[in-house]
Amino acid sequence: MLGEGILKGLAETARNFFGSYVSKERLTTVQYPEERIPAVEAARVFPFLVYDGDDWQKGLRCVACQICEKECPPKCIYIEKSKDKKPDFTGRPQIFPARFDIDVSVCMSCQICVEVCPFDAIKMNTEFELSTDDRFSGLLLHKDQLAHPNEYFQKLHPTDAAEVDTRRAEELAKAEAKAKAAAEAAAAKAAAQAAAPKPEGGAA
Amino acid sequence: MFEKLDQIFILLRDWVVSFLPPNWQAPVGVVLGVVAIVCVYPALFAIAVLMERKGLGRMQNRYGPNRVGPFGLFQPVADGIKSLTKEDLVPANADHVVHFLAPVSLVAIVFMGYAVLPMGRGMTLAPMDAGLLFYFAMGASSELTVFMAGWSSRNKYSLLGAMRGVAQMISYEVPLLMSSVAVVMITGSLNLDKIVAAQNTYSYGLPHWYIFTPWGLAGFVMYAIAATAETNRSPFDLPEGESELVAGYFTEYSGFKFAEFFLGEYVAMLSISGLGTTLFLGGWSAPLQALEWVPSWIWFFGKVMLSICVFIWMRGTLPRIRQDQLMNFAWKFVLPLTLVNLVVAAVWRFMGDGWLRWVVCSAVVVVVYVSAALGGMRREKFGPRSYRYAE
Repeated sequence: MLGEGILKGLAETARNFFGSYVSKERLTTVQYPEERIPAVEAARVFPFLVYDGDDWQKGLRCVACQICEKECPPKCIYIEKSKDKKPDFTGRPQIFPARFDIDVSVCMSCQICVEVCPFDAIKMNTEFELSTDDRFSGLLLHKDQLAHPNEYFQKLHPTDAAEVDTRRAEELAKAEAKAKAAAEAAAAKAAAQAAAPKPEGGAA
Repeated sequence: MFEKLDQIFILLRDWVVSFLPPNWQAPVGVVLGVVAIVCVYPALFAIAVLMERKGLGRMQNRYGPNRVGPFGLFQPVADGIKSLTKEDLVPANADHVVHFLAPVSLVAIVFMGYAVLPMGRGMTLAPMDAGLLFYFAMGASSELTVFMAGWSSRNKYSLLGAMRGVAQMISYEVPLLMSSVAVVMITGSLNLDKIVAAQNTYSYGLPHWYIFTPWGLAGFVMYAIAATAETNRSPFDLPEGESELVAGYFTEYSGFKFAEFFLGEYVAMLSISGLGTTLFLGGWSAPLQALEWVPSWIWFFGKVMLSICVFIWMRGTLPRIRQDQLMNFAWKFVLPLTLVNLVVAAVWRFMGDGWLRWVVCSAVVVVVYVSAALGGMRREKFGPRSYRYAE
């Protein structure tokens, strides 16, 4: 009969109207600034730089190899190499970025920089509340704004971080073993040299 | 005590006026009445907008506005400030004068209708004998403002919206009038006060509202449909059609002019609900004889706000109909039914008291409704869609 569908529809909306006051499950809205949905592990917004230890300047993993800068499709990364070197986590002297800028107004969150980085130095952040009243310098993030400790990375992406940490621990152990072997070899050589008689005497 | 409360606005006006010299009293009294109407209805508009936004939200299982003030109660204030501070843009090629006049005249015309509405016992601003005629004259001129707005904007969307709006409003003007004429036939008067007085009688403690008669119920349903279309409300909101026409005839309006269109729409809604209340729902009369002590204006405004709730409920439920459906519905269903309703009202008038007229009138209304539904609103039979070239 004509009008039957309208009455059915009216009943449905009335049920929604009164139901929304009775059952909380109907209201799926998350009241954003007060309530938040926890970010999923694979969430990504813009990249950040990882550092080890407490001092971000000392512990920055980035060695300014500029692979990410070259791979970045929208070219939002800008790196200046340092003139001097600082030791990395294995103690090897490495250059470091004197300047590392990401223009997040250009960045398209593609994660390619993260995938190409051989040093696990750049990872994706989940921080999205970046609104600013200065759309130029406010959205150009510098090295100090980008640097976050490894613990932060572990919190954001636990699975990824655990994998990176074990790999780096292995690398460190290998490097230490190598250094130790080298030191032992050097020590043995020195000892052998010291113990051996010198046939030529002072004629070297 | 309750008599005083019932007449409080009139007493207040008379008290203010009594400080003036005698030949000033009548005109100032009228101006006070106008000021009261111009203050009260925008306030009701704010309440209606808030109710609409909250209610629609709840119907869609959302919260609705809840940020400004406690439970979002100050949202209309925020909306008002926003619309006042927005830039007022006029297209370069627009007809500036008409573009400016359209919203102004819309608001003016819409408020004119309130002159004849009885909002309580003795609370009619201009109790004229041809009140209903005056009301419809004013209602019909709001079509002009729609066309002014659409034409002067020099915009395709505005023009299309205005054309849709005028076509729709003219089509539904006819059933709106026809459904009201039945009331005039029974009452024998165009005076809205007399129409309310005719309904303000009780038997067994129940009121004699026209909605409780077969012709009155049919007339009220037709009136409600036509009123929804007249005020461009969903499901008849094709002239605005925000998904197709940006905002229809007021696409090129911003800032306070936009707010004026918004105000005009809601005030027209309140006014047409007020007329429907007056014609079919007994105006300011109480729904039970035992409740007659409650001030009459409370009943009037209560009934109007209840009608607004139904408008909101309809909006939350129904999707927008197509243009051809709109026209078919007006000319093939609503208009025939209102015409038959006139005959039913005449039969009711001349059959005298008794149960027979109830049976005859109800039977005619039901039979016509069913046959119009089967005949006029028959759906086209479509077979399964076949594709000639793409398989």
